[in-house]
Amino acid sequence: MSTEATIPTGTIEEVEGVTPDALREQMLKGLPSKTLRKRAKQIVPNDPETPPEIGANSRTIPGIITQRGCTYAGCRGVVIGPIHDILHITHGPVGCGYYSWMTRRNLARVPEGQTNYMQYCMTTDMQEDHIVFGGEKRLAEAIREAYRLFKPKAISVYATCPVGLIGDDIHSVCRQAKEELGINVFGFSCEGYKGVSQSAGHHIANNGVFKHMIGLDDTPNDAKYKINILGEYNIGGDAWAIDELLKKCGISILATLSGGVSYDEIINCHQADLNVVMCHRSINYMAEMMETKFGIPWFKVNFIGADSTAKSLRKIAKYFDDKELMDRVEEVIAAELAVLRPIQAEIKAKHQGKKAAIFVGGSRAHHYQDLFGDIGIETVSAGYEFAHRDDYEGRDVLPNIKVDADSRNIEELDVEPDETRFRPRISPEAKQKLIDAGFAFSDYLGMMREMKKRALVIDDISHHELEHLIKTWKPDIIGSGIKDKFIIEKMGVPCKQLHSYDYGGPYASFAGAINFYKEIDRMLSTKVWSYVVPPWVKDRKAAATEAPAEEQKAA
Amino acid sequence: MIEEFSLTEEPKAPDLSHCTAATRNACKLCTPLGACLVFRGIEGAIPFLHGSQGCSTYIRRYLISHFREPMDIAASNFNEDSAVFGGAKNLHAGLKNVSRQYKPALIGVATTCLSETIGEDMAALLLDCRRAIPDLPPVVHVSTASYRGSHIDGFHDAVTALIDQLVLPPDPHGGVNLLPGMLSTADLRHLRELVEAFGLPVTMLPDYSDTLDGPTWMDYEALPEGGTSVEAIRRMSGARATLEFGDTLRFTRRTAATNLAERFGVVRENLGTPIGLRATEAMIQALERISGRPCPPAITAERGRLLDSMVDAHKVVFGKRAVVYGEADLVIGLTSFLCEIGVEPVLCASGGKSEHFPTALRVAVPELPSTCMVRDNMDFADIDALGKELKPDVLIGNSKGYGMARALDIPLVHAGFPIHDRLGGQRVLHVGYRGAQQFYDQIVNTFLARKQEKSTVGYSYL
Repeated sequence: MSTEATIPTGTIEEVEGVTPDALREQMLKGLPSKTLRKRAKQIVPNDPETPPEIGANSRTIPGIITQRGCTYAGCRGVVIGPIHDILHITHGPVGCGYYSWMTRRNLARVPEGQTNYMQYCMTTDMQEDHIVFGGEKRLAEAIREAYRLFKPKAISVYATCPVGLIGDDIHSVCRQAKEELGINVFGFSCEGYKGVSQSAGHHIANNGVFKHMIGLDDTPNDAKYKINILGEYNIGGDAWAIDELLKKCGISILATLSGGVSYDEIINCHQADLNVVMCHRSINYMAEMMETKFGIPWFKVNFIGADSTAKSLRKIAKYFDDKELMDRVEEVIAAELAVLRPIQAEIKAKHQGKKAAIFVGGSRAHHYQDLFGDIGIETVSAGYEFAHRDDYEGRDVLPNIKVDADSRNIEELDVEPDETRFRPRISPEAKQKLIDAGFAFSDYLGMMREMKKRALVIDDISHHELEHLIKTWKPDIIGSGIKDKFIIEKMGVPCKQLHSYDYGGPYASFAGAINFYKEIDRMLSTKVWSYVVPPWVKDRKAAATEAPAEEQKAA
Repeated sequence: MIEEFSLTEEPKAPDLSHCTAATRNACKLCTPLGACLVFRGIEGAIPFLHGSQGCSTYIRRYLISHFREPMDIAASNFNEDSAVFGGAKNLHAGLKNVSRQYKPALIGVATTCLSETIGEDMAALLLDCRRAIPDLPPVVHVSTASYRGSHIDGFHDAVTALIDQLVLPPDPHGGVNLLPGMLSTADLRHLRELVEAFGLPVTMLPDYSDTLDGPTWMDYEALPEGGTSVEAIRRMSGARATLEFGDTLRFTRRTAATNLAERFGVVRENLGTPIGLRATEAMIQALERISGRPCPPAITAERGRLLDSMVDAHKVVFGKRAVVYGEADLVIGLTSFLCEIGVEPVLCASGGKSEHFPTALRVAVPELPSTCMVRDNMDFADIDALGKELKPDVLIGNSKGYGMARALDIPLVHAGFPIHDRLGGQRVLHVGYRGAQQFYDQIVNTFLARKQEKSTVGYSYL
């Protein structure tokens, strides 16, 4: 383990008089034995020093309602969808295309004269005869039609469930179209039934972007500090906020994968000298492959939260080992914090000691703990929706992760150093010097190392478990997504959507952090909650009379 | 600061004649969504998708963004194995877990593209599950391959499946059946009120007016309160009549109402969606006929107020050109009302394929100018392309028309599904005189607000 980790001190002995173990028992009680065995591995009291093994990235049990999505959603919706000047075609019946039509709020702001297809949702809208006789002709025609109408630089095709079943060869259709039209056309076999969740789609998307886009344009870029931001999707304008901040420091972003980004930026982004990774889960494949092929090192950053943002900026400056840059970064941090600190202090004074629980995504459940922490709100329970063990326990568990049938289905690209273009961006000596000074390359320490001891970590939380958590630990706020939001709020607990940001944002960087503090302050301070009688008020009386009886029994 | 759309940069909308292979910005959603919505309108029921978990997640996400309410949909979570060898094991496990966890009164199973494509024998599979799971509640199955039809077809097919698979032999009672179609929660509540005003007990199928527009909870609810009870559905065979809304359904050979008529002789009263004067009058007359009672004075008074307001504001709306889009029967209802108030519909578009749409619209609204374009199977690229030529003053339809409204710099009056850029989209009232009144006020006020915004003079009296 790297020395970078700042292991939190203190233990969560109990919340509202209930220990983490007792709450866990409550959640598991009454489950059928097979389900119990599986869930028991996915609900784990934390230990930041030696993160315990957690069951993650395993199939959701049929009939247990999950917040997880599908492979198509991870590929089309998350990773590739935000590239604004690729024309995306969903090959399948109408629903899949419709549901991925601007729903993720991955925003694009396009310079004059450039193209933006984001508001377009093109689908082959397959009908029964295509299912029976095959949809390849329809797809080929749709690609031609798209080209005729828009003349895009690239067209990307996504397969949905029935396409895989009827055996349409989308890749050969794309190859032929590429020859015929003279533009880049490529396909993704991201049928919804593959993999455990959208996570499989991220991997498939990484592979496709790497194979079909990265490295196509070798035009040199002479900017001084050139980096890519990987795993940042510009929800609510986060990528713009980060962009603005780095610009102030004099750091150039060649491409943000994938948010507010163009095709041209992506095909040239292998000119960068560093990849920094925000969402480890969805993009670590790309970081690894770019390092192997081009020699671009990567490390993990987090621009969510004031202290995390400052830490990430300093780390980037340290990597470039340039006094001028380090000074500039310190100036920027000082200026930003001068504005931020008073606002933070005022809001923190109001909410210090409140409790949050966060169940979302593959990185946000970790990152947002820092933002909540900035204003004195402690995260007592957290979990990811679709992450893997390494996102919880850190990348050092990678060799011990059992590869199951679902993961084996996803192609692992065989990547070799590029004969002409591989160029180590930092000398082995300089790299070693940084490592010796506690600098972690190619690593993610995971969520658990930064959570308090005995905090309850819950993977792919179910409604049943969430209900127990709310009733028993009574969190003051929950960070989650739209599918939980209204259940949580029906029970009188404010819920901040951390996928769509409740249509707000940005929350990244210092400016974003201020936004977030203010929004959380509004959510927690509104009078509306005082009118909602939470379900547990009734239960509390019952609990008060029951508890002594149970204690007697135990004695 | 943040712009989700930058439509000024949008590629020019082209001639439609050569755009046939792809749907661009669809004006329809997928069939299982309609079925899930119906199942959420049954008391104690849980919708269940036999297929990939992604369908359930996407559909929930969409329904929730419109209703702003919890919406659970279970799934059998196919993996690659089940996609190849069939989903029997997943179906069994899924039904078992849902029965145990939720203790539902009914499980509504809809088969997605995935299970439909591999050709699951649902009758046999469900029979096996029934034998193997002792406490399995009634299960109704509807086939909803998304490559056959759109969300509105899934909606009607689910209603038909419920009636087909649940209704018992008749035990005559004095009630009526009401099949409202895909309307808002406020519409459903008002329809119930109207029918009951004639002293008629009513079984409305579906009824998601409480389950998808409910209060905050006093206790955790695994399944929201409200909905049509399974028991009431079973007794629909004994009703005096079935009121079925939807002009296009009149031309459809098999509907839920024909099922009840053919099997049990329940009189089928097909009516247009009661939006506006004429269609509401037709419904009131049908209720008078069935109940043998005259229209209650309170309802007549609402009609009077509507007419009075139409006199007050005729100059604001008269001659305005409108583009109306959405589900076929909603579009027919809205168009009928627009013609009554002097708005000129220039394009009436339905997203789904509906061969009966043009005929049904012309029959329902005979005064519709022959110059008005009536098209089914339209996507927003088509609507946009035609819309630009037609120079409308207003768009009437769901949130997906926002991009077009913004590009044309004209207002969008929200109606239908989905509405995710306004609050209360789920309780927009369209039906009855009261609904027409509210909708009328909304249209008039939209034009008035527009006039103020665009005028260089600060008019304070309008």
